Amino acid sequence: MVITGAEIVIRCLQEEKVDYLFGYPGGAVLYIYDELFKQDSVRHVLVRHEQAAIHAADGYARSTEKVGVALVTSGPGATNAVTGIATAFCDSIPMVVISGQVPSAAIGQDAFQEVDTVGITRPCVKHNFLVRDVREIAETIKKAFYLARTGRPGPVLVDIPKDITAQKCEFVYPQSVSMRSYNPTIKGHQGQIKKALQLLLEAKRPMVYAGGGVVLGDAADKLTTLVRKLGFPCTNTLMGLGGYPATDRQFVGMLGMHGNYEANMGMHYCDVLLAVGARFDDRVIGSPAHFASEPRKIIHIDIDPSSISKRVKVDVPIVGDVGEVLGELLALLEGASEKPDQESLGSWWKQIEEWRRRDCLKFSQDDGLIKPQYVIRKLWEVTGGDAFVTSDVGQHQMWAAQYYKFDKPRRWVNSGGLGTMGFGLPAAMGVQLAHPGSPVACVTGEGSIQMNIQELSTCKQFRLPIKVVLLNNGYLGMVRQWQELFHGNRYSESYMDALPDFSKLAAAYGHVGLRVDKPGDVEGALREAFKQKNDLVFLDFQVDATENVYPMVQGGKGLTDMILSAEDL
Amino acid sequence: MGIRLRPFPEPSQTLDAQWLRGLMTIQNKTPMRHVISLLIENESGALSRVSGLFSARGYNIESLTVAPTEDASLSRMTIVTSGSDDIVEQITKHLNKLVEVVKVVDLSESAHIERELMLVKVRATGKDREEMKRMADIFRGRIIDVTDTSYVIELTGNQAKLDSFVGAIDASLILETVRSGICGVGRGDRVLKV
Repeated sequence: MVITGAEIVIRCLQEEKVDYLFGYPGGAVLYIYDELFKQDSVRHVLVRHEQAAIHAADGYARSTEKVGVALVTSGPGATNAVTGIATAFCDSIPMVVISGQVPSAAIGQDAFQEVDTVGITRPCVKHNFLVRDVREIAETIKKAFYLARTGRPGPVLVDIPKDITAQKCEFVYPQSVSMRSYNPTIKGHQGQIKKALQLLLEAKRPMVYAGGGVVLGDAADKLTTLVRKLGFPCTNTLMGLGGYPATDRQFVGMLGMHGNYEANMGMHYCDVLLAVGARFDDRVIGSPAHFASEPRKIIHIDIDPSSISKRVKVDVPIVGDVGEVLGELLALLEGASEKPDQESLGSWWKQIEEWRRRDCLKFSQDDGLIKPQYVIRKLWEVTGGDAFVTSDVGQHQMWAAQYYKFDKPRRWVNSGGLGTMGFGLPAAMGVQLAHPGSPVACVTGEGSIQMNIQELSTCKQFRLPIKVVLLNNGYLGMVRQWQELFHGNRYSESYMDALPDFSKLAAAYGHVGLRVDKPGDVEGALREAFKQKNDLVFLDFQVDATENVYPMVQGGKGLTDMILSAEDL
Repeated sequence: MGIRLRPFPEPSQTLDAQWLRGLMTIQNKTPMRHVISLLIENESGALSRVSGLFSARGYNIESLTVAPTEDASLSRMTIVTSGSDDIVEQITKHLNKLVEVVKVVDLSESAHIERELMLVKVRATGKDREEMKRMADIFRGRIIDVTDTSYVIELTGNQAKLDSFVGAIDASLILETVRSGICGVGRGDRVLKV
């Protein structure tokens, strides 16, 4: 069947069973939008800014096991998308972005709305393509989806010049892809897995450290089974939250810069560390030199060989899909005659419990100002710990990560690697579309929310009953915190004057807005909000502006060098 | 703030481990010259992916040569870089991670041959004319362009040989030099092929 390039694009998306396409039209993609108009299986979500389209596709992908898909036009459409693409790249989110390009003959002529999209996005995509012939569209899109979802996932961009979407050719969607240059290792090396098990069984002070790879690899069940069988303590990174049930006794909390005391101490003083789908980044281990000062054996399972021995030398590297490798490890463990050394494990747990008794996340809520931590704790209670929670970036993000106990994977959606303010609301749109009946909360700050607040309009158009939980302290809180701790209280440009009345703003967009300033009203407001099944409710919590996020490891310091509360200063 | 129950590892074990680690740091951290050879899909943009990787991650490129192989769908690239063992390991891993890269090998891990081509345009007048001819012969170079006042000398060899030729002739007579950057190939049975 001979059809146009634009129709081929849509047919490809249908073949890939894409239900939602997030996008924004423009000159270079007009033919594609015309084809979109003529069908109804791929539903288009019109955002208000291209960045939001990418974040929405990203939220959709993070909360499902599917690839997020976005469509933007050339020039500013593509450059607006870059922040979103980089966000997805840093967190390895499977995504396909289709961008329009000026007609082939105009490329390089400084045409209207022309940028070198492939060049601009090259460092922040897993791969990208410029389609040069209408006959290449189908195969390229097939490859894009394949690359996005296999191996270490990531965003793939397909740039299509306008003339090519108007040309015609025979459409055949390839059944499979084979690329001689791309063969990710899935199965782990048997010998290495055996070595790993041996180390684990000999461990006296073991620790399991699991990251976003466990969530992306859908390996949370296997990880949980393994950790429970071994009886080891387990910590999750910011990206890995939900990879192990947070309410489980063996969970010692998130680790890292704002990690739990027991998690950071355990990580530092363990003798065998099992790292699963995590990458020892600077926000997790602080200074690599300090981390290396304590001897320990490290087993590292990751699908990306370049993540292994990048910042920290490991003893047993295992390259492979975390689910596959954990499965193999479990099978070997079942058959093993040895069991973990219960006696040393017992005294290790005694030590951990002692650390845990420091209760590093304690706070007290009085009748005065609302504590931000209190809002998150109540959010967790009111939603029964089972909501999808997206967040922006800053103090509120850390409080959400610390106080909302995620028991399931893919419930916690945040920009961990790039730290993109403005991510939360559009990501929540993608999550809500993917899970229509489920409660979705966007925990945000008054700084972050204003970076993509225009999406309240998209939420109205598509009737997305998101609950926006704004922890409003009038400051760019994390910046203010650093200025307080490290810059002599000189609050340079971190106070935001002239904030809008968010409840009225929400109302202006056609939503329900509510301002809450008494601690006693927090729970009631949340309960009321989550009862509204059809409306977006924007809760503007006026919180204590002086609160800081603790525990805290200063940048570049060792993991055990924690400020636990204001008294430590 | 310290911890009360600070666990201590077995002494004998740590001694060995620390000694080894000490040794490893000395070996690992010394930057060494490496010759990396790779096969990459012969597609537009492939070169910029490789060069972009080096600049984005702060790796050195001393030279980079690239041309299609006998199979026109593939290009072969030789990259000369320097770095500690850790860095070079990361470089090869990241090169392998590029979707268009088919195969990567660090030639300097074992016996290999390196060759570079240099063209030198020199002033060749009066007594220098004969001298230049002689120097070219000594270095097994060939004169491939002759005018009344200049020669272009073609010379191949490893980097050291080309450097010493440039050092051996009178610097004031050199009009211009152009070097290709090195090409490398493994010795004997070592073959880089799809």
